[in-house]
Amino acid sequence: MPAYVLEIVTLSLGLLLLLAEAFIGPQRKRLIGYAAIIGLSITFILLLFTCSCTGSSAFWKFYSPDSVALFYKGLALLCTIVVLILSLDYAPVLEKFSARAGGGPAIGEFFALPVFICTGMRWMASAIDLTSIFVSLELITIAFYVMVGYQRKNKLSLEAAVKYLILGAISTGFLVYGLAWLFGVTGQTNLSAIGTALYATENKSAALFALALLLVGLAFKVAAVPFQFWVPDVYQGAATPVTAFLSVGSKSAGFIIAYRILQPFLASPVLQSTTLSLLVALAGATLLVGNLAAISQTNFKRLLAYSSISHAGFLLLAFASVPRHATTLGPIQVVSFYLAAYLIMTLLAFAVVCVINRVSGSDDLSAFDGLAKRSPLLAFALLISAISLAGVPLTVGFFGKLFVFLLAIDAGHTWPVAIAILGAAAGFYYYLKVIRAMYWNTATDATPITISPLLKFTILVLVIATLVLGVYPQPILSLLQ
Amino acid sequence: MRIRRRSRSHPVPLTTFSPPLPLSPLDLLILLPIFAAVAIACGLPARPAALVAAVANVGLVIGLLLMFQAHQTTPQFAASRIVLQSPHIAYAVGLDGMSLVLVILTAIVTLCAVGIAPPAGVSEKVWYSSTLLIAAGALGAFLATDLFFLYAFHEMALIPTFLMIGMYGHGGRENRLHAAWKITIYLGVGSLVLLAGLAWLVLSASPAGGITFDIATLTAGAQQLDDKLQASIFLILLIGFGILVSLFPFHSWAAPAYAAAPTPTAMMHAGVLKKFGLYGLLRIALPMLPSGAASLWIQNLLLWLLLGNILIIGLVTIAQKGLDHVLGHSSVMHMGYIFLGLACGNSIGYNGALLLMFAHGISIALLFALAGHLRAETGTLEMSRYGGLAKRAPLFGLLFGLAAMASLGLPGFANFSAEIMVFLGGFKGSAGHIGPVQLTTILALWGVVISAVYMLRAYKTVFMGPQGELPLTDPPSLTLGQKLPLFLLTTTLLVIGFCPQLLLHYAQPVLDLLPRH
Repeated sequence: MPAYVLEIVTLSLGLLLLLAEAFIGPQRKRLIGYAAIIGLSITFILLLFTCSCTGSSAFWKFYSPDSVALFYKGLALLCTIVVLILSLDYAPVLEKFSARAGGGPAIGEFFALPVFICTGMRWMASAIDLTSIFVSLELITIAFYVMVGYQRKNKLSLEAAVKYLILGAISTGFLVYGLAWLFGVTGQTNLSAIGTALYATENKSAALFALALLLVGLAFKVAAVPFQFWVPDVYQGAATPVTAFLSVGSKSAGFIIAYRILQPFLASPVLQSTTLSLLVALAGATLLVGNLAAISQTNFKRLLAYSSISHAGFLLLAFASVPRHATTLGPIQVVSFYLAAYLIMTLLAFAVVCVINRVSGSDDLSAFDGLAKRSPLLAFALLISAISLAGVPLTVGFFGKLFVFLLAIDAGHTWPVAIAILGAAAGFYYYLKVIRAMYWNTATDATPITISPLLKFTILVLVIATLVLGVYPQPILSLLQ
Repeated sequence: MRIRRRSRSHPVPLTTFSPPLPLSPLDLLILLPIFAAVAIACGLPARPAALVAAVANVGLVIGLLLMFQAHQTTPQFAASRIVLQSPHIAYAVGLDGMSLVLVILTAIVTLCAVGIAPPAGVSEKVWYSSTLLIAAGALGAFLATDLFFLYAFHEMALIPTFLMIGMYGHGGRENRLHAAWKITIYLGVGSLVLLAGLAWLVLSASPAGGITFDIATLTAGAQQLDDKLQASIFLILLIGFGILVSLFPFHSWAAPAYAAAPTPTAMMHAGVLKKFGLYGLLRIALPMLPSGAASLWIQNLLLWLLLGNILIIGLVTIAQKGLDHVLGHSSVMHMGYIFLGLACGNSIGYNGALLLMFAHGISIALLFALAGHLRAETGTLEMSRYGGLAKRAPLFGLLFGLAAMASLGLPGFANFSAEIMVFLGGFKGSAGHIGPVQLTTILALWGVVISAVYMLRAYKTVFMGPQGELPLTDPPSLTLGQKLPLFLLTTTLLVIGFCPQLLLHYAQPVLDLLPRH
């Protein structure tokens, strides 16, 4: 079965859910969430049976179902499913902040929109033409604009939505302008044709101008310094499941288009060195700012926002590395592995944040005080997630960092690696702050926390995945060979 | 998940052990405590499960001892499972004489630490499973023949250590949190320094075919590196491992952490886990970077630092007012002698260092266990409030006396045999010439006097003289379950003290292979 069939199926699922939303009573909107989870889970199973086969028609100039694309489709599906599960748990808060003027809560669309974003991310994973890249990107971003501002009675959420909309629109503008310049330089929209045209281009300065514009747009999407200013505010203001989705889904989507768009530049002998040095500079700045700014945070969602910036730094560092030895893992393998690890551990963290936010209405680190007594499972899950984000061995996060370091050292990036090591040391400090709160501090409110069986199951799966892949990471790497 | 077995690339062991199960006995040794901890977390009765696992591990170690080929220098009972093709990382374990000594230490101390019941209001689950996880991590680190797992297992043991100190530490909330946060950050940063050094080592010593973490392959590769590079890597490893062992001036985390730590955690960390740093120097730094270890400036630097441990910390110990702080500082001080053994650069010094690692581990565990009982009875360890305790609790006084004598190195105890070997190592081959090592040894000998001062003073204040102000109505009474671990530790100290060869004949062939200078 060709992979694009599944995208069509999911898109129809999203439309169907929206249609059904109109006919479902206000108290039973969560059914839409369950339907979406079941639909996406079936899609995920079907994804395992799709082939990387292509045809000769013009369609395949827009769409590539290669192994990297399939990998990112899998990530997008898993991420969306977990986000929907979190949303179901978070529904009471959403209902409170999104009530219609006439009365009843309006949370139906909240479960349908992620399905569209998921479709967009999966389309983007396969997009190899400037037009299909842009269309899929817009599908994602527009749905995110709605989701970030979904809690219309919550001022923080509205502020976040306005920031995200304005800055997002500007960055899209940069990206489109860059795409236009790229088209102007090469006369092509297909990326492999662009690669051929750029290989020995005579318009070096025009191509570099296009690159600069593209990097601005991409840096915004992946939350790289100096285009990271929106991240902490938007992460803090958005509903927690949306933050999780932005942090994981939006970032992996950003990295897959960065991979596709930058490939022609990196393959061209004329442009390679400039592209690499720009990427290294971005990576170094991102690592520095992300990690140092995270140290002083007292709000856990903001802390995770800066952590997301610092992880973008590690990913960019991997991107900017050209290995000298054939045995070293290549940048795309390392980046994909890192993103998979990041998905597991970040969603795990957000799952706990979601529950805490629902129970206590706060994301401050002090809301986590004494969690070990209130819910040993949640505390243990966040412990595992935090040490994995910090890069402690025997968790999947360690291998992510290890691969980045090995790759960057092999590529000869001594200084950025030194910054990255300092960043990892800082990370050790700020991630452990939450462990300190959970295990060492005493709770102000000692009522035990209950969570739904579905969420409990999800959290257990994520914990086990973090630990098992931290000892035996080969399964993910085998998918990327 | 597919698991492949790999035939070892370095010299094949004389006797290849073919396990009836797919698990080697060494896997079992590491997995038993982990499984017990998981089972406890899932609701199995905590104390029985922990005791069963600890006893089973001691049994396994005895079994291994019986089957161990003492003359053999390659790892025995080896098993290896590749977890990653490139870079090459394998979950690989093997037992040689050096690791055997530390495995015995771990098994004994774990059994005794598990025997200590939690005070009221403490979750049994967390209490016992933490101790078991620390034990599993230490065993894994001592048994791993792959650099990645050697490092990773130690980290795995640190996390429950931090949690226990922060959650159930002594001395008031502020003090406990401060000590716990200090040890967390200090050892976290130390581990990162160590990781940087190990990464540098792996990158420079891996064969051309690809990066590997296999210790035997790396040893062969690293010895070829030029002197300057070896010295640089050795320095980073010395600092990294040194922080973990509280090498002067990176020692300030240790005493407050041990004073605050719950008794089993203090026993496990001071007794067992801290030895990881020394083991790392013996297993990684010395054999892989011989000319780094032999370079003069590193030699001299190490000698200065270890004198800091012995003399400066020794004097600091004398000034302490709490028994827990005396023990914590004395543990830092005694690391200096072990470093001296490593710095001797000859076989007798290495043997002395390893034996002292064992002896110190047992004696400090015994002292912390005794101090823990005292604190549980009276709620304080401030020495001036005690007095005349030996009269009311003769057995307790006797045991503490023996432990204190062991700790200060009186003949008959394992610590004496070890320290005398270290001092002999310092003078071996000097042929009447007084070099830096000999000078350091002479100064270090004064440390014995310092230990005698603080240990005897502590003993006198607490156990002798008129009864103290402490409103002690009942003498500290020990149940049989509490006595047995104390007897076990004391007996071990005496047996090894009278016959150190019992342990050393396993380790000597391996230690003799270490480079000398």
